[in-house]
Amino acid sequence: MAEILVLVDHTDGVVRKPTLELLTLACRLGDPSAVFLGPDAGAATETLGRFGARRIYVVDAPEVDEYLVTPTVDALTQIAGRTGPAAILLPSGPDGNEIAARVALRLDSGLITDAVDIIAGPGGPVTEQSAFAATHQVTAHVTRGVPVITVKPNATAPEAAPAEPVIDKQDIVFAPASAGVRILSRTRRERSDRPELPEADIVVSGGRGVNGAENFALVERVADALGGAVGASRAAVDAGWYPHSHQVGQTGTQVSPQLYLAAGISGAIQHRAGMQTSRTIVAVNKDPDAPIFELADHGVVGDLFAVLPQLVDEIERRRS
Amino acid sequence: MKIIVCVKHVPDATADRAFAQDGTTDRASVDSLLSELDEYAVEQALRIAESDTDADTEISYLTVGPDHAKDALRKALAMGGDSAIHVNDDDIAGSDAFGTSLVLARAIERHGFDLVLCGMASTDGTMGVVPALLAERLGVRGVTHLEELTVENGTVTGRREGDGATVRIEGALPAVVSVTDRSGDARYPSFKGIMAAKKKPLETLDLADLGIDAPHVGRAGARSAVDTATRRPPRTKGEIVVDEGAGGAGLAAFLTAKKFI
Ligand SMILES: Cc1cc2nc3c(=O)[nH]c(=O)nc-3n(C[C@H](O)[C@H](O)[C@H](O)COP(=O)(O)OP(=O)(O)OC[C@H]3O[C@@H](n4cnc5c(N)ncnc54)[C@H](O)[C@@H]3O)c2cc1C
Ligand SMILES: Nc1ncnc2c1ncn2[C@@H]1O[C@H](COP(=O)(O)O)[C@@H](O)[C@H]1O
Repeated sequence: MAEILVLVDHTDGVVRKPTLELLTLACRLGDPSAVFLGPDAGAATETLGRFGARRIYVVDAPEVDEYLVTPTVDALTQIAGRTGPAAILLPSGPDGNEIAARVALRLDSGLITDAVDIIAGPGGPVTEQSAFAATHQVTAHVTRGVPVITVKPNATAPEAAPAEPVIDKQDIVFAPASAGVRILSRTRRERSDRPELPEADIVVSGGRGVNGAENFALVERVADALGGAVGASRAAVDAGWYPHSHQVGQTGTQVSPQLYLAAGISGAIQHRAGMQTSRTIVAVNKDPDAPIFELADHGVVGDLFAVLPQLVDEIERRRS
Repeated sequence: MKIIVCVKHVPDATADRAFAQDGTTDRASVDSLLSELDEYAVEQALRIAESDTDADTEISYLTVGPDHAKDALRKALAMGGDSAIHVNDDDIAGSDAFGTSLVLARAIERHGFDLVLCGMASTDGTMGVVPALLAERLGVRGVTHLEELTVENGTVTGRREGDGATVRIEGALPAVVSVTDRSGDARYPSFKGIMAAKKKPLETLDLADLGIDAPHVGRAGARSAVDTATRRPPRTKGEIVVDEGAGGAGLAAFLTAKKFI
């Protein structure tokens, strides 16, 4: 069967869930091979194998951490050149999309970004994407070269497909150091015990109506009661109430969870662009005319400072 | 220093956008304007020019698009800057990011540059890949999604929110940089600026001027094809209840029915 390359997204060898989703999609198209950059491949082997990786190409070189993006591009392009895959899958995001675009250009291939699903078609992978603030659905395929596709988190549920991966160390000729953008410092974002926003099944978001950084504790309490991630509107982020990495929307993270709860968020088009493909949407807003209610499966017109504490109490009561 | 800012004319994101019969963006039914996210790139260019002690920074805007795309250039010129280039050719219609970046790259090479500034993504296509493709095609450093940008002594430094980490980066010019909507609020054109923009030089080029063969761009050169484009059925509005003391409990009941609790 045809080989499908999957770029692994990981932190110190801990593989992130979207990579498992990519492996599951790759199984539909052919035999997945993982491409792992960094020194910790050993820690990732078992997980990658469990979700179907037949082979793991390992690139362990210092350049990967010293420079932005281009070392990964060099590695993927050269491995693709050596192995002739039938498709290359990468996680969506600023980095993933950029790497994918450069790889596609170098391979003289076509590119599809931010797919929400992939199926095997007669002439290669067929993708599904959302367009125009998620009001439209588009299916497309690559017409030239090796299809390079970036896929959004939650495109599919990871399915175990156990394999015994072969470890295949790859030497890469990196472009001269002068070609790259040097990383001066890297500050990891503190990881909380909550699920990560892009991949969470449940997201609880607060907006301007939350009215202060200290009040976000209430949004966090709801998120914790439901086992979800915390999101925020740009208004709340711009006010400095919550970190930008939690912004949902056009210029933040685009989420597609099973449940999205919007509290004190009006539902501007740029916010909707990042959440309206959520399976179930619920909203709390004191303005009955807030546009967010047009999307809501269940809406409460009321003060979030009354509604959310009662919601938390009721969840705890129902659980005990 | 020569700065080129790439600006795109896009259908108004707040209007009801649609696809044309052939699967390309319908540009006829909705008003278009300078992509909001490109205003941040214009702003950064103007700030760099203002902080330049030699005062020899020259800002040009570049757009690839049909006749109306000129409006985006005039809007940018009204904010400030010196001149503009419009690449307009019927054969460009239907280009994907590869075709667009080829045209932009040739126009940039022809003009000469130290720094190319872009928005983080266009509000219609939202791929956010043109800046990276430009860096690749021009063979210069590229850094995208900067939230903070300084250009001094031929070096770009900046801050970028990457996946899971904040990174500080540095690279020497020439370079291609894209900036986010957090890089600094864009200014409004003044009345004086709008009047002055009308007199600033605007050059129009076609594919022949750039030495590009038509089959490399447009629909003919596109590397992917849309099979279907359909409007998602609108979400059906659910039950909206006014809280009269039991709104939170009612919400919990709904979430229980949906098996989230
Ligand atoms: C280029 C660009 C990109 C953008 N990208 C994004 C993006 O990625 N994400 C994003 O979110 N926005 C984005 N925006 C901003 C967007 O247009 C809106 O300004 C923003 O989403 C508004 O946030 P909000 O809903 O929290 O605030 P508001 O619109 O001010 O709404 C606050 C809501 O809270 C309600 N409220 C107030 N108090 C209470 C209370 N006690 N109880 C219950 N309800 C209450 C009010 O009725 C109101 O509906 C972008 C804008 C631009 C121009
Ligand atoms: N047709 C175009 N003309 C000028 N600049 C463009 C064009 N298309 C894209 N760009 C630039 O590339 C950035 C990213 O676009 P995109 O990759 O289409 O999301 C935009 O913010 C612009 O700065």
